[in-house]
Amino acid sequence: MRLQKATQCALFAVLELAKDPQHQISAADIADKFGISANHLAKVMRDLARARLVESMRGAGGGYRFSGNAKRVTLYDIVSLFEDIDTHDAGFPQTGDEADIGLALNRVMTEIEEIAVSTLKSITLTTLLKQMERASL
Amino acid sequence: MSTEANQNKNAGNYSIRGARATDIEAVTGIDASITNLSKPEYWADMFARYGDRENRFFLIAEDKNSKLIGFIIGEVRTWEFGSQPSGWVFAIGVDPATRLNKVGSTLFQSICDCLTKAGVDTVRTMLARDDELNMTFFRSQGMMGGPFIQLEMPLGDGGGT
Repeated sequence: MRLQKATQCALFAVLELAKDPQHQISAADIADKFGISANHLAKVMRDLARARLVESMRGAGGGYRFSGNAKRVTLYDIVSLFEDIDTHDAGFPQTGDEADIGLALNRVMTEIEEIAVSTLKSITLTTLLKQMERASL
Repeated sequence: MSTEANQNKNAGNYSIRGARATDIEAVTGIDASITNLSKPEYWADMFARYGDRENRFFLIAEDKNSKLIGFIIGEVRTWEFGSQPSGWVFAIGVDPATRLNKVGSTLFQSICDCLTKAGVDTVRTMLARDDELNMTFFRSQGMMGGPFIQLEMPLGDGGGT
């Protein structure tokens, strides 16, 4: 699975903000830190704010801060905002002479997608942040 | 019961110990509150097979009033399709009324301690793909996808052979 640029930006931004929910960071600082286009990130941040995962703080020192529950928000909650990852037919033809082949291939692709979805649904932000801490020790 | 399992492990308002025959009713009750299925014979059989056995661990969490609030079961398994000896956890249950008090985490850490002392350095489990509660819990403990994959097929007319 290769994630779209917007999804990658969203994951970087949310995880950076979720490290310290009290801390506000500007979109420009996040963009600088991860080498992301500021314009692209601004649109992503608006989508994340609409999903109530981050909130925009106005005024001096304003920026964004994480507003979700890191113990409850999973990678799926973020990825599914930007990707069509729910399990669905992979599109192999299931009619005509190749119906049996199409059906068998669709089953395999569905199995792969189901594993990907259940993996994303099982990893909370807190779990991922803990993994990062362990890896840096 | 192994020495490790007999050691009471204080974790705030509850402690961890090895299971006793008198715990079966309460274990059955916690499991039924989670699964909506009462299986007293199954849990009696689990105790017969995993209580007080070498390299098998049936641990209980009880509160300061000696009320059973959780359980976990696991064992050391060896050489399944080339697997080095490793720990397996195949049952865990926490009274829904006491969740979010780290009872599950303490039970898991306790059985990992038992497995480590039994000489293994890896612990595994197997879950339903859509079991988000347990999947999220084990992930939060640091577990990740491993090198084995579960396969199955229906037997009889629907089988693949």
